[in-house]
Amino acid sequence: MIRKKANEREQWFLYRANLRTKTLVVIGLSALIIISIFISGYFIRDIPTNFVNANQMPSLEHLFGTDWMGRDMFQRTISGLGLSLMVGFIASAVSTLISIILGLFSSFNRFADEAVAGIIDLFGSIPHILLIILISIMFGGGVLGVVMGVGLTHWTPLARVLRSEVKEIKTKEYISLAENLGKSKVWIAVKHLFPLIISQIIVGVILMFPHAIMHEAAITFLGFGLPPHEPAIGVILAESMNYLSSGYWWLAFYPGMSLLLVVLLFDLIGENVEKLLNPETAQS
Amino acid sequence: MNKQKVAKYFGWKLIRFIVLMVAVAIFSFVLLDLSPIDPVNAYLHGTAVSEAQRAILEQYFGTNTPMTEKIFHWLMDLIRGDLGTSLIFRRPVIDVIIEKFTVSFVLMAISWIVSGVLGFALGVVAGKNKGTWIDKAVKVYCYAIQSAPSFWVGMLILMVFSVYLGWFPIGFGVPIGVRSTDATFMEWAVRLVLPTLTLSLVGLAPIAMYTRNELTQVLSSDYVLFAKSRGEKGWDLVKDHGIRNILLPAITLQFLSFSELFGGAVLVEQVFSYPGIGQTAVAAGLQNDVPLFLGIVIISAIFVFVGNLLADISYYFIDPRIKENEFND
Repeated sequence: MIRKKANEREQWFLYRANLRTKTLVVIGLSALIIISIFISGYFIRDIPTNFVNANQMPSLEHLFGTDWMGRDMFQRTISGLGLSLMVGFIASAVSTLISIILGLFSSFNRFADEAVAGIIDLFGSIPHILLIILISIMFGGGVLGVVMGVGLTHWTPLARVLRSEVKEIKTKEYISLAENLGKSKVWIAVKHLFPLIISQIIVGVILMFPHAIMHEAAITFLGFGLPPHEPAIGVILAESMNYLSSGYWWLAFYPGMSLLLVVLLFDLIGENVEKLLNPETAQS
Repeated sequence: MNKQKVAKYFGWKLIRFIVLMVAVAIFSFVLLDLSPIDPVNAYLHGTAVSEAQRAILEQYFGTNTPMTEKIFHWLMDLIRGDLGTSLIFRRPVIDVIIEKFTVSFVLMAISWIVSGVLGFALGVVAGKNKGTWIDKAVKVYCYAIQSAPSFWVGMLILMVFSVYLGWFPIGFGVPIGVRSTDATFMEWAVRLVLPTLTLSLVGLAPIAMYTRNELTQVLSSDYVLFAKSRGEKGWDLVKDHGIRNILLPAITLQFLSFSELFGGAVLVEQVFSYPGIGQTAVAAGLQNDVPLFLGIVIISAIFVFVGNLLADISYYFIDPRIKENEFND
């Protein structure tokens, strides 16, 4: 967060609040904005075209201006963001699942641990954007290609964190006790390891999200995946590339700015959730 | 320095490199082989051919051979340095890659250096003046730029400098109608400016944030307090106690950013229509040019590996604090 260390006794907005309340309010507000974008994006269908109003500058009537077909850019942006958020949600879910499975799998034995480390290295050795393109081609492009391309490549940082966390937990006595009692590896992973890494997973997922959305925008911008009539934010930006030399700056500026704000909101949520979950900072 | 240990170190690195490359080669090949791309169709570009000719082509591309055999052939060809023929350029893939990579390399090298130097400088300035407006400005900038898609930053820069101010041409590596080999140095340089600027502005954020955080940590340490009490202050204090401590990890971090640098180049080249490896990769991916795309994946993996290796070396060789015996890790 940019603003820090506000004095606790100070009046904060309407009433006095401690850090915990402030953090919760920040999280709640950011989540509210994102959810409202997501829901309104879902309901915006068939933006009316109006060629009389084509390529209008931003005004009160059309906040973000209009495009070459006279469609309101604000509506297109919101609907594009909604689509991007949905892709981001699914992709993060896929990534989280993979990193949990791999993280827990690394606890089984030395060989499994090495294998997981090897897979993480392999995925890290190809530039991320090329890897996404590679996987989206494998799934034949389209929406599935984008979702899978983004989803199957964002698990590496979280998996790395979980792996080291699992390694540390495994040195504890109750793990060896459970092993001596004859519990299976899976039982130990589910009952003893998984509950301890949940907070890491939550933070990891929220911090993974903005990356997923950005990469989704990047890859649709490059032309892989979503077709032009699905106005994801990358498609809108790719379209606006054609109008740059005509000086229609609002076609590119506002959609990109909105994407930036959404990403910042997610970062904000992630940092605040981390603050709450981390026992060192939660009490201060 | 102990020669045997150095040899052992590089031996391990070499083995690692070979294993990783084989893994990358097999992995990317299997992924593309599983894709619905039909090599015959990709080769024909939709040209109508008779069944018999199609059968010959299928025979030639080996569409019906089992996958293990295909992988084996691919690896054997790779070892001989034969990456196949590009379907778009109708030239050997290795020639295309060398040509495009040199063009991109100029872009990436300049922006790598600029972003490193500028990012480090900004980080030092922000860390030294912690809490002032300059620190806040650097922080806000870094947060914003890290949350912004790099291609969008490129578009904004293109809009401002090319469309409104008209200082630079909009895209293309060389002027229209001039062969890339005939273009003068200035024609090249002018078109390099904006992509380099974009990549540098995007790339300096992580290094600036890192430097800033490290420097504020160092400046709040006990030995800096002691140095202050001895009467050291201002720039000398930062130089002697701060920069010495944070320069090496910063350099290492910068070497580790090769992967993001490549990714950024792919997007930025697309925005500025700069004819480098990134644009070629996108074209190959969109037009199902499998050999070219595989070649680029391999090259980029080597590029990233070299970056990591240099980071390692900078860590082990430049840092005087690390003793020789800690090397065979």
